[in-house]
Amino acid sequence: MQKLELKNLYDDFRDGKTILALSKLINKEAKKLNRDINIMEVCGGHTHTIMKYGLPQLLPKNINFIHGPGCPVCIMPKERIDHAYILSLQKDVILVTLGDMIKVPGSRGSLQDARRKGADIRFVYSPLETLKIAKENPNKMVIFFAIGFETTTPMSAVLVDRVIKEKINNIYFHINHVTVPEVMRELIDSRDEHIDSYNNQIDAFLGPSHVSVIAGSKIYEEFPTKYKRPVVVAGFEPVDVMEGVLMLIKQFVENRCELEIQYKRVVTREGNLNAQKLINTYFTKRELFRWRGLGNIPNSAWRLKDEYKSIDAEEIFKDILPIEQIEDHKLCICGDILRGIAKPNECTIFGTACKPNSPVGSCMVSSEGACAAYYRYGNLLK
Amino acid sequence: MRKEVTLAMGNGGEESSELIEKLFFKYFKNEILSRGEDGAILDIKKEIATSSDSFTVSPIFFNGGDIGKLSICGSCNDVAMMGAKPKYLTCSFIIEEGLSLRDLEKIVRSMKKELEINGAIVVSGDTKVVPKGAVDKIFINTTAIGEVIKKGISISNLKEGLDIIVSRDIGAHGATIFAAREGIELESNLKSDCASLYPQVEALIKNDIDIRVLRDATRGGVAAVLNEWARGSNLSIKVFEEKVPVSSEVRGICELLGFEPLTLANEGTFVLALPKTQSKKALEVLKEFNENASIIGEVDSLYPKRVYLESSWGTKRFLDMPTGELLPRIC
Repeated sequence: MQKLELKNLYDDFRDGKTILALSKLINKEAKKLNRDINIMEVCGGHTHTIMKYGLPQLLPKNINFIHGPGCPVCIMPKERIDHAYILSLQKDVILVTLGDMIKVPGSRGSLQDARRKGADIRFVYSPLETLKIAKENPNKMVIFFAIGFETTTPMSAVLVDRVIKEKINNIYFHINHVTVPEVMRELIDSRDEHIDSYNNQIDAFLGPSHVSVIAGSKIYEEFPTKYKRPVVVAGFEPVDVMEGVLMLIKQFVENRCELEIQYKRVVTREGNLNAQKLINTYFTKRELFRWRGLGNIPNSAWRLKDEYKSIDAEEIFKDILPIEQIEDHKLCICGDILRGIAKPNECTIFGTACKPNSPVGSCMVSSEGACAAYYRYGNLLK
Repeated sequence: MRKEVTLAMGNGGEESSELIEKLFFKYFKNEILSRGEDGAILDIKKEIATSSDSFTVSPIFFNGGDIGKLSICGSCNDVAMMGAKPKYLTCSFIIEEGLSLRDLEKIVRSMKKELEINGAIVVSGDTKVVPKGAVDKIFINTTAIGEVIKKGISISNLKEGLDIIVSRDIGAHGATIFAAREGIELESNLKSDCASLYPQVEALIKNDIDIRVLRDATRGGVAAVLNEWARGSNLSIKVFEEKVPVSSEVRGICELLGFEPLTLANEGTFVLALPKTQSKKALEVLKEFNENASIIGEVDSLYPKRVYLESSWGTKRFLDMPTGELLPRIC
């Protein structure tokens, strides 16, 4: 038997001939439509693929991508970034979080700035590394600042599970996990005084697929039925995205409106039931969570259940964590970008005052952010 | 001798002499160094090239090399990139007390081996020992002096129509150091490309290859070199993405951690610009050293001061200068 190598997992999905063949098919099908189709790729991972591989250059004029709010760092409001900053500067605290958080500016500074002031901040690839840090520092309070969508939530839940079951007494949590369907609904439902509706902007969704590995494709079932928006759950390689786009266009050509899965090699309807169970054991939905640029969205984020208050840093440090909303810099249009009503290069400070090494808005910070993707790859767009 | 480096070994007295005699002279001994003068007097008739560099890499031993090998390759390669043959080096050690003498000897031994590959000698040196915590294990500074054997290699020669060649698969050093760092628990077959480049440069020159521009792609990787060339020449450089050689180990770590191989550091990989008529022959010479040498692009004027990648499916994107902290103390 041939040995399976890491590259087997992606090489064929980046094959130039396949990408070109799909481009041909998309162009042929799109000719049959006498309208524009705006496809929102909700996930930042898709935005990254689209920009890195220059996929818009292969699409006909009537097919457009709208970049969605699926970058966990980008949607964090400034006041919550401030929470991380404040917590990290508490005496005898070690703040543990994921690497993308390092440069995000809150109203007081970034974690990078806090580190310069002497804060002990550790960046990990896996939340479980927190266990080792806590063990090595028994006299410190180790706070795991959790971020991310459905994809990263189970790992945080596993960490909570270990802390509870192993009675580890120096790990605490600040939970900022958010969920995808609620924000997709918000993007279709919401009205804004500046433009009459977002309703006209999004014709179809390219569904976040690693989210669906965990939560299943079932979470998108309401969009074709209730909102008349077709959804294709697609993988993250260029061949996946191109095939996903082709599947969506075919739905329009054939007058269908359905939920389809392109990323069949890992996505099922039900998702990872064990992960879902673990999440539901420890977490419960917040009534409201403020998304940067999008405002309060009901039921769109998790928090620890009340019975785990004793490990909830948000509860423990309630008195010093501000809850007032902090608005973005007035020239920053991250909000409009996250809503899909503006493109990064339409921002007046894009690439000038706002760059990856000195970001003004959150979309420039994470590599998954639309602005960062445009800055890195996007200048040669059609 | 004790088994560890002590503060006394940097006192300039008895213990210092013992360290120098028993360790440094043992490996570096040559006629100029043995004179024991305050400085070395060098008799050089030709045009000379010189370059200085400090080495702080962590960990000090890594797959494919160590800080000693790196400290010789680094400075010698910079001189070789100017078309010069490395001949003399000065080298200074700053050592943290407590470093094991076995490790120090291992480092000095790899320095000697690398000096031999370059045909160079150490003519002056210095050793300081500092208290625990003042440096991390050992820092080394070297300065290389070389005789120019091919004149006129310069970034100012970059012209439209030249081909761009890379000497081997890229990113191995950066990926190796990253995987070796704490916190990234990865097992892999990664091996740094750390190597002296003079033999390859010499082979190119002996074969009459018309080298126009030459640069080793260290920190910032191939992306940084090409961007510097594009900015300095007001021209653009087109890179054929599929022609860029990347080993599957390096590709794998990039996939896992979200890096771009073109921005990863190298310590034994160079980029070369030369007329198209010379490319085939140059490639033949370079493939004798590493079969992955490849023509990766060409100089044009489509997007002045920029580097751009062209995919096999015809899309283009810019390749920027790397920014932000990827990893400190890579070399």
